[in-house]
Amino acid sequence: MYKKIFAIMMAAAMMLTCLAGCGNDKPASSATIKIGGIGPLTGDAATYGIATKQGAEIAVAEINAKGGIQFELNFQDDEADGEKGVNAYNALKDWDMQILYGCTTTGSCVAVAGETYADRYFQLTPSASSTDVTNGKDNVFQMCFTDPNQGIAAADYVKANNLGTKLAVLYNNSDAYSTGIANAFVARAKELGMDVVAEVTFPDDKNTDYSTQLNQAKDAGADMMFLPIYYTPASLMLAQAKDMGYAPTFFGADGMDGILALEGFDASLAEGLMLMTPFNATATDTRTQNFVKAYTEKYGADLLNQFAADGYDCIYAIYEACQKNGITAESKPEEICEKLIATFTSADFTIDGLTGSGMSWTTAGEISKTPMVVEIVNGAYETK
Amino acid sequence: MADKMKKLNFKKFLKGNALTYLMVIVAYVILFVMQTLGLLSNSLSGFLVPICAYVVMAVSLNLTVGIMGELSLGHAGFMSVGAYTGAVCSALLADLIPFAPLRLAIAMVGGGILAGLVSLIVVVPVLRLRGDYLAIVTLAFGEIIRNIMQVIYIGKDANGVHFAMSEGALNMAEGGKMIVRGPMGVVGIQKISTLTMGFILVMITLVVVLNLIRSRQGRAIMAMRDNRIAAESVGISIAKYKIMAFVTSAVLAGAAGALYAMNFSSILSKKFDFNTSILVLVFVVLGGMGNIRGSIIAAAALTILPELLREYADYRMLVYAIVLIVVMLVTNNPKIKPMATKFWEEKIAPKLPKKKAKEGVVNGK
Amino acid sequence: MSFLTNLINGLSLGSVYAIIALGYTMVYGIAKMLNFAHGDVIMIGGYVCFVSVMSLGLGAIPSILLAIILCTLLGILVERLAYKPLRQAPSLAVLITAIGVSYFLQNAALLIWGSAGKVFPSLLDGIPSLQLFDGQLTVSGKALVNIVVCLITMTVLTLFTGKTRVGKAMRAVSEDKGAAQLMGINVDATISLTFAIGSGLAAVAGVLLCSTYPMLMPTTGSMPGIKAFTAAVFGGIGSIPGALLGGLLLGVLEIFCNAYISQELSNAIVFGVLIIVLLVRPTGLLGKPIREKV
Repeated sequence: MYKKIFAIMMAAAMMLTCLAGCGNDKPASSATIKIGGIGPLTGDAATYGIATKQGAEIAVAEINAKGGIQFELNFQDDEADGEKGVNAYNALKDWDMQILYGCTTTGSCVAVAGETYADRYFQLTPSASSTDVTNGKDNVFQMCFTDPNQGIAAADYVKANNLGTKLAVLYNNSDAYSTGIANAFVARAKELGMDVVAEVTFPDDKNTDYSTQLNQAKDAGADMMFLPIYYTPASLMLAQAKDMGYAPTFFGADGMDGILALEGFDASLAEGLMLMTPFNATATDTRTQNFVKAYTEKYGADLLNQFAADGYDCIYAIYEACQKNGITAESKPEEICEKLIATFTSADFTIDGLTGSGMSWTTAGEISKTPMVVEIVNGAYETK
Repeated sequence: MADKMKKLNFKKFLKGNALTYLMVIVAYVILFVMQTLGLLSNSLSGFLVPICAYVVMAVSLNLTVGIMGELSLGHAGFMSVGAYTGAVCSALLADLIPFAPLRLAIAMVGGGILAGLVSLIVVVPVLRLRGDYLAIVTLAFGEIIRNIMQVIYIGKDANGVHFAMSEGALNMAEGGKMIVRGPMGVVGIQKISTLTMGFILVMITLVVVLNLIRSRQGRAIMAMRDNRIAAESVGISIAKYKIMAFVTSAVLAGAAGALYAMNFSSILSKKFDFNTSILVLVFVVLGGMGNIRGSIIAAAALTILPELLREYADYRMLVYAIVLIVVMLVTNNPKIKPMATKFWEEKIAPKLPKKKAKEGVVNGK
Repeated sequence: MSFLTNLINGLSLGSVYAIIALGYTMVYGIAKMLNFAHGDVIMIGGYVCFVSVMSLGLGAIPSILLAIILCTLLGILVERLAYKPLRQAPSLAVLITAIGVSYFLQNAALLIWGSAGKVFPSLLDGIPSLQLFDGQLTVSGKALVNIVVCLITMTVLTLFTGKTRVGKAMRAVSEDKGAAQLMGINVDATISLTFAIGSGLAAVAGVLLCSTYPMLMPTTGSMPGIKAFTAAVFGGIGSIPGALLGGLLLGVLEIFCNAYISQELSNAIVFGVLIIVLLVRPTGLLGKPIREKV
């Protein structure tokens, strides 16, 4: 009997969704290119997915307002999980997606990239930074730095600017992004003859206590601490460091961008914090200012960070490439894929965007752009 | 009179295992034909293998929770052992055995065996503890496995297979290939799981579990669940049967893990956390404790449900939560249930021993 | 000295665990159900306090009181709607409903407050830190508050269940529902009251947790919830001093493991110790041995 009732409930739910689905189906406008998006909109990593979604939506709105090529973005939730990511991807295929924008997180992106590679869809990810995302897949491109590249760039910067003599690294050992950067940083730092006195880690946990890790770094006499971690745990860590009176030079990676926008965050904690971020919302160039204006009008200041900027740039890169190849709503995904791969890897294809100018891609799908370091001074970014 | 006879036979049919097998086979045939003809949407065909894996997970957990009557909150741990082992097996054998189904079968067997071996460690507390204390140990165990998976690095090069706790310690020769990379999980898995292989695993699971339930051993296990002391007093060896049920359950979960892993090009240990264990438990409870057919239906329906809810966008998981609560209320509340029951004639007699088991599980009495 | 610092950090973390564990233990002792949504009530408590400080501009004390009141109401509401209809149902059915409630609260919080983390206002900054051994050892104000609040809550609850009429009714219900009913105790009301108290405690835990680790997200409560549940079982589920002991030990163990053994494997080691302790004492440290009637 249980099952019977259960079955009715399920059937009812399915009917409902079907009806809702039928109701939602917009008549596909005649000439829109369908871009599918995937990223976490619920769960732990939702903040990153929502930022990439919102940034991309700004770009889509701008492009559509220009006339010419029209885009339609359908962004699906993957809860930062590989299985759900593949589900979302399949749902997008049923929607007749032509190009894939995403995924936001590495874990899900690697799983989905395996699918797009086999099915020949062009894929551009704003923020999945592991080399596994692009490794062996000619159709996948990244807008962000790869983890190893970022680690190496960070070590080089620290060396060149003499930020410290005794280095400590704090990273999340259950996170691919964090571990990837940290490993590359440590290897490079040793190569450059720098002294890495402490490598401390923490597991994936919401309310981690960093006091022991900080104590170890302090006892080892570290005068610079590299933090390839996201801004959410970093805000906690900075507060705890202040509580115990430990103040080395803190240096973060791009995941640190967004720390100042955290609601309720005491900006004085981040004073002097340096981070590598491709995007500075206070930059004065018109492109950034237009984006910031459009974004804040639509979504407020929430999540106006490098994730959103990367998303915005992704859509523009796709736009440029589509224009170059005369892609239309009728183009087949496989055809688009081959054409865009050729364009993205060609030497003369460069993109000027929020996160860099003259950005180009290697045949491996990795981006080359100049890393930018900012320091937080008086509660605002100052480009170094 | 004849009418009554007919009804009785029908009842027996509904209660029996034949219907369960028939249901699975019919579902497989329909889906297989539709898939071959290309009639399935991409979404649906993407679910097929995960559903098979979850069905096996649910049925095997039902053996522990429903049949043996012990609450386990770490079933995903066995799945992850199976998934990692299967993925590594498959990667190492890729050159030796080009025939994918055979390789997948070996991977599933390997995953199952290792999960079974690991479960032997957990059996020690299983024999000593009961109720919530056992539940917490299984939860702890699942977390331990996940934590260990996060620091394992395995690579293969000309010198053989390397095993270490950090990337640097692997000491790989030039041209070596990393298979397991700590928090990055296993990447570059060849996707070799298919609906047919999933179906075969489900059938094997059903044969094993349904026959176990019907056998002398199964009756002993259920006797233990219903009244441990009475069972012991008639000479049933508690330890032996607990180990039997628990290890069988773990082996099947390991095989399901291997099937699951081989359906994706990468897997992360994060996937097999407490939430996944809970998810499988939800399948079991919703499908009915000790009710194998119910587990199958619940696993399939609840895997598809969140995807059907995609239309609700932001409200998706909220609606999912509400459906879950409402279904539990409808099926378990003494006031709402009869109302719902009225719509349907009573075809299935209430399964009395089932209820006792449920109470026994959490109370630990 | 670093040993003492670690010990104090551990006790501070453990105190928070202990208060959360109390909620689990009380509800379990009486309703015999694992309230998986408890961790999420903590998160709601944190958000309520956050909103009242940041948006309504209330002070620390009124905000905390508001959080306690709203969480208590939420606890009663959830109990009425989701748990009470299942009073006669098997406990696993209630467990699944609790998981449903947990998903619901998390996703509702996601929709209401958004996904971005919020930094919890420092309500406890006014409390001076304690200098010991000529300033060699600093005990932060937050740690002091955690430990003190934990001890106070524990004492009050022990007195409440031991001395008052209602408290005695609670113990009677937890001992034997049927007999309690025969003695004229309103079992239903007692269970509801327990949920109310448990949820109020969750609000206190939420404020302390968020003050110590000032980051609020819709999933903030889940991991501490699991850890505290572990602590409750560790100490012997159903026992109030057990929750205190379990919570403190778990907190200290976690910090020590981080400091002296391995950070990578800290969770594995903490849970491993837990399993070993349970093997030696199968009903937790202070749990009553299960007596079987034949």
